[in-house]
Amino acid sequence: MKLSRRQMMAAMGAGAVGATASGRYAFAQSDTIKVGVLHSLSGTMAISETTLKDVMLMLIEQQNAKGGLLGKKLEPVVVDPASDWPLFAEKARELISVSKVSAVFGCWTSVSRKSVLPVFEELNSLLFYPVQYEGEESQRNVFYTGAAPNQQAIPAVDYLKEQGVERWVLAGTDYVYPRTTNKILEQYLKDSGVAAEDIMINYTPFGHSDWQTIVGDIKSFGSAGKKTAVVSTINGDANVPFYKELGNQGVKATDIPVVAFSVGEEELAGIDTAPLVGHLAAWNYFMSADTPENEAFIAEWHKFTKNDKRVTNDPMEAHYIGFNMWVKAVEAAGTTDPDAVIDSIVGVTAPNLTGGVSAMMPNHHITKPVLIGEIQDNGQFDIVYETPGLVAGDAWSDFLPESKPLIADWRSPMKCGNFNTVTGKCGGAG
Amino acid sequence: MALAPLACLPFARLARLASLCIALLCAATSAQAETRDIIARLANAKFPVVKQVIEDLAAAGDPTVAPFLRKLRAGKVYWRKSDRAVFIAEREKRDYALFDPITGAKVDQVGRRAAKKVRVNNAIRSAIDAALAGLTLSSPKVETRLAAAKQLFADRDASALPALTAALAREKDPTVKTAFEDARAAILATSTAATPSERVKAIARLGERGGSDSLNALSAVDAKAPADVLAAKESAIAEIKRSLAVWGAAENIWQGVSLGSVLLLAAIGLAITFGVMGVINMAHGELVMLGAYTTFAVQEVIRVSAPALFDVSLLIAAPLAFLVAGGVGVAIERGVCRFLYGRPLETLLATWGVSLILQQLVRSIFGPNNREVGNPSWMSGAFELGEMTITYNRLWILIFALAVFALLLGLMKRTPLGLQMRAVTQNRAMAADMGVRTGWVDAMTFGLGAGVAGLAGVALSQIDNVSPNLGQSYIVDSFMVVVFGGAGNLWGALAGAFTLGVANKFLEPYAGAVLGKILVLVFIILFIQKRPRGLFAIRGRAVES
Amino acid sequence: MILRALDTRSAIFLGVLFILAVAVPFLNQAMTPGSAAHLPSFAVSLLGKYLCYALLAVALDLVWGYCGILSLGHGAFFALGGYAMGMHLMREIGDRGVYANPLLPDFMVFLNWKELPWFWHGFDMFWFAMIMVFLAPGALAFLFGWFAFRSRVTGVYLSIITQALTYALMLAFFRNEMGFGGNNGLTDFKDVLGFDLQSDATRCGLFVATVAALAFGFVLCRIITTSKAGKVLVAVRDAESRTRFLGYRVEGFKLFVFVVSAMLAGLAGALYTPQVGIINPSEFSPANSIEIVIWVALGGRGSLVGAAIGAVLVSLAKTLLTGWFPELWLFALGGLFVLATLFLPRGVLGAVEGIKLRRSRPAREPAPQPAE
Repeated sequence: MKLSRRQMMAAMGAGAVGATASGRYAFAQSDTIKVGVLHSLSGTMAISETTLKDVMLMLIEQQNAKGGLLGKKLEPVVVDPASDWPLFAEKARELISVSKVSAVFGCWTSVSRKSVLPVFEELNSLLFYPVQYEGEESQRNVFYTGAAPNQQAIPAVDYLKEQGVERWVLAGTDYVYPRTTNKILEQYLKDSGVAAEDIMINYTPFGHSDWQTIVGDIKSFGSAGKKTAVVSTINGDANVPFYKELGNQGVKATDIPVVAFSVGEEELAGIDTAPLVGHLAAWNYFMSADTPENEAFIAEWHKFTKNDKRVTNDPMEAHYIGFNMWVKAVEAAGTTDPDAVIDSIVGVTAPNLTGGVSAMMPNHHITKPVLIGEIQDNGQFDIVYETPGLVAGDAWSDFLPESKPLIADWRSPMKCGNFNTVTGKCGGAG
Repeated sequence: MALAPLACLPFARLARLASLCIALLCAATSAQAETRDIIARLANAKFPVVKQVIEDLAAAGDPTVAPFLRKLRAGKVYWRKSDRAVFIAEREKRDYALFDPITGAKVDQVGRRAAKKVRVNNAIRSAIDAALAGLTLSSPKVETRLAAAKQLFADRDASALPALTAALAREKDPTVKTAFEDARAAILATSTAATPSERVKAIARLGERGGSDSLNALSAVDAKAPADVLAAKESAIAEIKRSLAVWGAAENIWQGVSLGSVLLLAAIGLAITFGVMGVINMAHGELVMLGAYTTFAVQEVIRVSAPALFDVSLLIAAPLAFLVAGGVGVAIERGVCRFLYGRPLETLLATWGVSLILQQLVRSIFGPNNREVGNPSWMSGAFELGEMTITYNRLWILIFALAVFALLLGLMKRTPLGLQMRAVTQNRAMAADMGVRTGWVDAMTFGLGAGVAGLAGVALSQIDNVSPNLGQSYIVDSFMVVVFGGAGNLWGALAGAFTLGVANKFLEPYAGAVLGKILVLVFIILFIQKRPRGLFAIRGRAVES
Repeated sequence: MILRALDTRSAIFLGVLFILAVAVPFLNQAMTPGSAAHLPSFAVSLLGKYLCYALLAVALDLVWGYCGILSLGHGAFFALGGYAMGMHLMREIGDRGVYANPLLPDFMVFLNWKELPWFWHGFDMFWFAMIMVFLAPGALAFLFGWFAFRSRVTGVYLSIITQALTYALMLAFFRNEMGFGGNNGLTDFKDVLGFDLQSDATRCGLFVATVAALAFGFVLCRIITTSKAGKVLVAVRDAESRTRFLGYRVEGFKLFVFVVSAMLAGLAGALYTPQVGIINPSEFSPANSIEIVIWVALGGRGSLVGAAIGAVLVSLAKTLLTGWFPELWLFALGGLFVLATLFLPRGVLGAVEGIKLRRSRPAREPAPQPAE
C-alpha cells in the first residue's frame, strides 16, 4: 500500500504527460482547421507579442465570419511560450504534434525563430514569421513576412544620404539582428565612399537603461563639421530610455536625426513624442498610411479590441498579409497539407495595407514597399518617403562576402534555400 | 488685389477688424501682398517647393511672417481643398478651425476631410529654423535674438552675413552682441569668400570660445583653405579638445553620480526589507513597478480631469505611490513573510511567487505594453554647465534620492518607530519583553521598505519604461548594491550605490556598456571575498545567527 | 558502500527510473502511432527535459540541502555544460551549415569571423567535449568556491554573489565578440555521434542516457551524503562554526561538494542541449537559477528524491498551465510557490512523510528542520 502510493508520486510526471497528450488527441479530431498562435504572453517579449496574438484572433474571427476556409471553421490554438526560447521549441512541437495545427503564426525574436526551426523542419509544418529580421536564412517551412535588411535598412540609409548625411553612428543592441544589419550597412556605406572614421559602431546590452554616456558620445561624434545621423537597431525595451535621454539632452532631429528599425507605433505609445518630432523610422507599414484598406483594418482593430486608442504597427500588417496569403494558398491547393501549401503559396498575392499588392517570392520572402516616416507629436509617423515600387525580400545579403553567392528558390527543380551560384551546389541541405 | 484675401472674411468680423486692417494695410500693403502670394504656393506643394517658399519668405524679409513659419514647423498649416487657400489650422473636435496666415484671425471652420496638411520634414524644419533666425535678428526680445544667433552659428550660412553684420551694428545688449560676433566668426571661418586674415581671426575667436559647437564649426573649415588658416584651425581644435577632455571627465563623474542615485533609489527600500529585516524580498522590483504605475494612473486622471495640474502630477503621485506600494508591502508581510521569520531563504521563494503574481496582475490590468508617463515641464530639458549637459530629470532624481535617504535615516535614528524597528531586528525576544508590539513593528518596517520602493518607481517612471518588466531589470542591481554596501546599513547602501554608479560610468567609455557591467560584477564578487559582509559590516554576535 | 547508501526510498526511485528507461522507448517505438498506448515523440523529449531538470535539482540539493550552500547561480554550471555539448554539436555539423563552411559555424561566417577562436578547438572530438562538460563547470566552481569558502563568505552574501556570477556570465555570453553565438546561442544541430537528432530512435536513446545520468547522479549523491563526509556536511549546514571548532576543514568539504554538484549540473546541461535543440545565454539568467531553487524547495530540501520530484512537478505544471491558461498561468504558478512555502515547509515529500508520521504516531513531534 505504501509502496504503491510512493510509486504513484514518482511516476506522476510521466502519467500526466501521457494523459494530457491523449486527452488532446481526442479533441483534435473535430471538424475545424486549427491555426497555432505562438507568441509570448508573459515575460520580456510580451510587450510586443501580445498584440500579435490579438491580431491573429481578429483575423481568424473575420475569416470565420466570411465562412471559414474550405467549408470549415478556423480554430485558433493559443499557447504562451513565455519569452523562454527552449519553451518556444517545446510549444511548437506541442502545437504541431498534439494540437495538430495546420499552420503556426508566431515568434518575434530571432532566437525564438532559430529555436523552433528544427521543429518545423522535422514535423513538416508551416511557420509565418512577421518581424523584420537579419536575413541570412531561407527555410522550406518558414515564410518571412517581415522585412529582410534590403527592405528596411538599405533604403533608409539611401534616404539619409539624399538628405546630406555624411557621418554615421550605427547603434544597436548586442544581438544578431543589429550585428548583421550593421555589418551589411557598414559594407554598403564603405562601398559608397564613406570613410571608416566617419562610421561609429556601438553596442549595448538588452534592456539598457542608462544612455547618458552613449548620447553624449553621439553628440560629440556629431560635432565634426559633417551632417551626422544615427542608425538605430536598438531593441524594443531599451528605446524608451534612449529617446527620453535624447529628448532631454536636446538632440534634435534637425541636428542629428535618428532612424530606427525597431521603433514603431507600439513603442512610441510609451513615450512623450513632442521632443522627438522629426526622428525617423523605416518600416513597410505605418498606421498613418492613407488608404481605404488601412482605414478599414484600423476600424476593425478598434472594434475587436473595444478600444479606439490601440495603435497598429508593421508586424501586425505582416501577419495580415501572411494570413491572407496562407488562406489563398490553402484555397488554391484545396487542402491544408503543408507540402501542397508550400507548393501553391509561391506567387500568391495579397493586398497590403499601404495600397499595393504583395507577392510571395520563391525564397519565401515577400515583396513590400519601404516607407520612411518622421515621428509626429501625436505618436504617429508622417510618411516622408516611399520607394516607387515594391521591393522583393533578399534572403542572402549581397553585402556579406560569404552570403553573396547564395540564392534561395523553393520551386522545383531547385528546391533549395541556399543554392551556391559559384559552386552550383545546394549548400547545407543534407 | 491686396483686399482679395479679406473678401472671404465674414462681414461682421471684417467690420470689427476694419480699423486695424486699414492701418496695417496702409503700412505694408505691397509687402504683405507679396508674402501672401508666396504663401499661396504652399497648397499641395512637394517638399522642394515648400523649401523654396521658405527661402523666398526669408529673402522677402518680412518679420510678420515669423509666427506663420513657427506654425508651419509645428505642422499646423493646412490648405483648403475647395479653393487651395492656405491657412493656419487648429483641431476643434472633429473639425479644423482655419486662421489667416498673417493676421491670425479666424476665417473658417471646415470638416476634417476638407483641408489637407502642408507636410514638412527635417530638411524643411532646418530651412524654417534658418529663415526664422534671419527674420528675428532684430526681434525686441533678447531670448529670441540669442536663439537666432545660436541658429546662425550652427547653420554657418554665408548669405545671412549682411543681415547679421547690420544687426550687430544695431545691437546694444552685451550678451547678444557677443553671440552675434561668435556667429559671425563661425560664418567667416568657414566661408571661402572671406579673406585669409579675416578667417584666421575668426578661427582664433572660435578657439577661445571653445565648446563642441565651436569644434563643429572649426572642423567644417575646408581642407583646401590657405596654409595659415589651416594652421590656425589645427591649433584651435587642439585647444578645444584639451578643455573638452577635462570637461569629459567631469561629465563622467556626473553621469556616474546620476546612475548611482538611480541605483540608490532602487536599492534603498531593499536595504530595509533585506538589510534590516533579513527578508530576501524578490518582489522588491515589482513594488517599484507599482510605484511607476501609480504615477501613470495619477497622470491619466489628471490628463482627463485637470490638465492644469500636470506639472504637479509627480508631487501628487509620490505619496500615493508610497501608500500603494507600502500597503501591498504590509499585505505581503502579514500574509506571507511573518510566517517565515528566521528562514530568510524561504522568504526568497515565497516573495518570488508574489512577484510573479504582481507582474501578471499589472499585465492583466494595464496591458503588457509600455505606458506613457510624461515629464512635467520642470523635469524636461537640460542646462549647460560649462561643457557638461545636465538634464533636469536626472538632477531632480539625484535630489529626490538624497532627500529620501535623509528622511529614512532620520526616521530610523530619531523617531520612536525607528527605535522600535532597530530593537526588533537586533533582538526580537528582548524587544517583545520590553513591550514592543513586534508584529506591528514588522509590518510597519516592511511597509516602509515597500513604500520607499514605490517612491523609487515614481522617479524611475521619468527615465525608464513603465512596463510590467520594470521591476525585473532592477532587482539584481539592487541586491548588488545592498550586499556591496553591507546589509543592514543605510549608509552602506548610499556608498554602495554611488561607488557602483561611478565605477560603471568610468569603465563604460573604455570597455563598452556590456563589458563595463561585467567588470563591475566581477569586482563585487572579488570585493566580497575581501570583506565578506560588505563595505559597512555590522560587527558582533548577532551577525552569525 | 553502494548498498548502504540505498535505502528503500532510493531503491523505489531507481526502480521507477528503470521502468521509465524501458517503458518510454518501448511505448514510443514499438506501439503503432495513434493507438492509445503509443507515447508521442513530443512526450519523449519533454520527459527527457524534465529528467535533465531533475538531475540539476539533485545537484543543487546536494549543496543546499546537505551543506547549506544556497547557490543562486547553479544555472551557470548547467549552461556551461550545455554550451560544451552545444559546441561539439556545432562542430559536428561540419560543412552541412548553410554556408557550407567546413570549419566555422554559421553564425561566425556571416559575422565575418575569419578563423575559429582558440577555445573552439578540440570540440570536434566527442571525448574532449565530454571532458569539458565536467571540466568547465567544475573549474569555475573550484575557482569560485576556493575564494568564497576560504574567505568565509556565507549565507545570503554567498547566495547573492553566486547570482552575480551567473548574471555576469549571462552578459558575457550575450556579447557576440565572445564567440558563443550571442543571444541566438547555438542551434540547428544535426546529429550526435552520427545519430540523427531528429529521429525518434535518437530521441529515445538520449532519453535513456538521461535516465542513466540521473540514476548515476542520484547514487553518487547518496554515497556522498551517507558517507562519513556526508555527516560532516550536515554538521556544516547546521552549525558551521561549531564544526570548524571541532577541527574539521570546513572549506575543504564545502569545496568538494560544490565542485561535484557543479559537474553534475554540467552533465544535466549537456544532456539538455541535444534534446531541446538550443542553448543560449538566457539559461544563465538569474531567474532560471532561482527557479531551480524553487524546484528543490517544493520537492523537499534535504531529500534527493524530493528535489527530483519537485523539478518534474514544477516543469510539468509550467508545461500544462502555459497551454491551458496562456494568460493566467503566472497567477497559478506564483500562487503555487507562495502556498507551498507557507504550507509545505518541507516540500511535497516532507508533507507526505508528515501525513505518514501522523498516522503511525498520533502524538506528533515537530519534524527536524534544516537550519539555514
